[in-house]
Amino acid sequence: MNSLDPRVVRLPKVGEEGKIFPKAPLDQFGTFEVFVQPKEGKPFQHEGIVHAPNLELAYVLAKETFTRRFVCVSIYVVDTRDVFVSPMTDGNLSAYEVLDEAKDGVGSKNFEIYHLVKRGKQHVHAGSVTAASHAGAMSKAKFELAQGKVVYNIWAIETSSIRFTMPEDREFWLTLPEKKFRDAADYKGGDKLTKFLEKNQTMKN
Amino acid sequence: MYGGGNTFEGIKTDSIAQEDPTKLAEFEARIERGEKIEPTDWMPQLYRKQLIRMIEQHAHSEIIGALPEGTWITRAPGFKRKMALMAKVQDEVGHAQLLYSAAETLGKPREQMIDDLITGKSKYSNIFNYPTFTWADCCFISWLVDAGAIVNQLANAKGSYGPYCRALDRICAEESFHLKYGHHCVIYLASGTQKQRQMFQEALNRWWPPMMHFFGPSDKISVHTEVLMKWKVKMGTNDDMRNQFLDMYVPKIWELGFSIPDPNLKKNEETGRWNYTEPDWEEFKRVINGDGPCNKERLEVRRIAEERGKWVREALKTPKTKYVMPLA
Repeated sequence: MNSLDPRVVRLPKVGEEGKIFPKAPLDQFGTFEVFVQPKEGKPFQHEGIVHAPNLELAYVLAKETFTRRFVCVSIYVVDTRDVFVSPMTDGNLSAYEVLDEAKDGVGSKNFEIYHLVKRGKQHVHAGSVTAASHAGAMSKAKFELAQGKVVYNIWAIETSSIRFTMPEDREFWLTLPEKKFRDAADYKGGDKLTKFLEKNQTMKN
Repeated sequence: MYGGGNTFEGIKTDSIAQEDPTKLAEFEARIERGEKIEPTDWMPQLYRKQLIRMIEQHAHSEIIGALPEGTWITRAPGFKRKMALMAKVQDEVGHAQLLYSAAETLGKPREQMIDDLITGKSKYSNIFNYPTFTWADCCFISWLVDAGAIVNQLANAKGSYGPYCRALDRICAEESFHLKYGHHCVIYLASGTQKQRQMFQEALNRWWPPMMHFFGPSDKISVHTEVLMKWKVKMGTNDDMRNQFLDMYVPKIWELGFSIPDPNLKKNEETGRWNYTEPDWEEFKRVINGDGPCNKERLEVRRIAEERGKWVREALKTPKTKYVMPLA
């Protein structure tokens, strides 16, 4: 190949130009949801997704995609299929009002409940409940967490399916503040520019 | 990094006539109120189709846009410039990940988007089909192409589709470093030796025509454009975006003592609009259709990377995972 970049010229010849076998489903792996805690004491919030072959790699990729630049204290990931989603509502109607009451008795599994309280914003962690199923967790959250508030969408995630940040993972973020070369504030060209403009001015005069 | 250059496909407007009028009215009322549309909300086919096209092109532009700058990492002057450029290129690739995810919420799987880029079915910003001859070309991209992209992205972040807006908010926050870094690089060349100044002036001469193409040809004001603007898919005309860019950056280029290779470039103080020589739209079309200096190289580099990574993806694949549409 003709290129200004010798490394491109050296690329091995693979396959045929302009042609690619259509990708098989799952070539880009499964889908995992990512949640970030911006500050100590603040609730986790939904940030987006990553594609990964498993939960552990999803965690690594989530760290690269969502916390490369922003300071945060913790992240976690969960398989999208493990998030139980309520219908979406509108206006003054809370999603809790359209749910059927779950009658599945008392359970001892932990669930994390997420609420969407403003359309266009992210889902934010509302609290945890103990129940027997996802549906049961939502019924319980209606009384324990919503307390009559209008919530447009509810997510319930069983706590045991989440890959949390372990204490040793926290070292990820320790070096972030040192990486000043990625910080807009580190590029003050102002002095150099002023000096340059002054010099130009004297030359013109 | 993204230009509004070749985003929208002409669709027969009768495709809106087939939509359920009650649902359409509710949808339009929601946008009118300033509320965002979310993936599970009802939306017209035309809205879905144009958004997929737009977000996907934006994602491809981030991936391909990393190539002309990435090629300068090993030759960037000094350790700090190398570190910064590496971080910038990594950011661009990260932006593509966020954008592909947003496009997926509209129903197009990522596999298909990657294939469509390689086969040439979907496009990317035309400006990346030009080569970076010297370090100064790389500085031009970091400062001015990014500046143009920010003009577009800040406008699009006020659009109506929730997942796209949220991705753009994140992207714009990172772009501020790109812009400051790019400006810093150019100030250094400008206040350096005669040779350094000349190097940037030559880069500016080379990149000015594609930079004017970046925002796309003047929009024909059609029913189609009006609908997309009403639905807050398109947030301003291509000429508005170009004018805003000229307004913000031409004075900064002049301040550094460089000249812009267009004798007609002048602001009309009465109208507030810039006059300029009409860009060569024939060249723009020719390059978009594959006949630019680097089209072939850009797609080949991407295709070979994709082919060479295939065994890794296959080795990691397990039947336990499943592709599902992202939730939000």
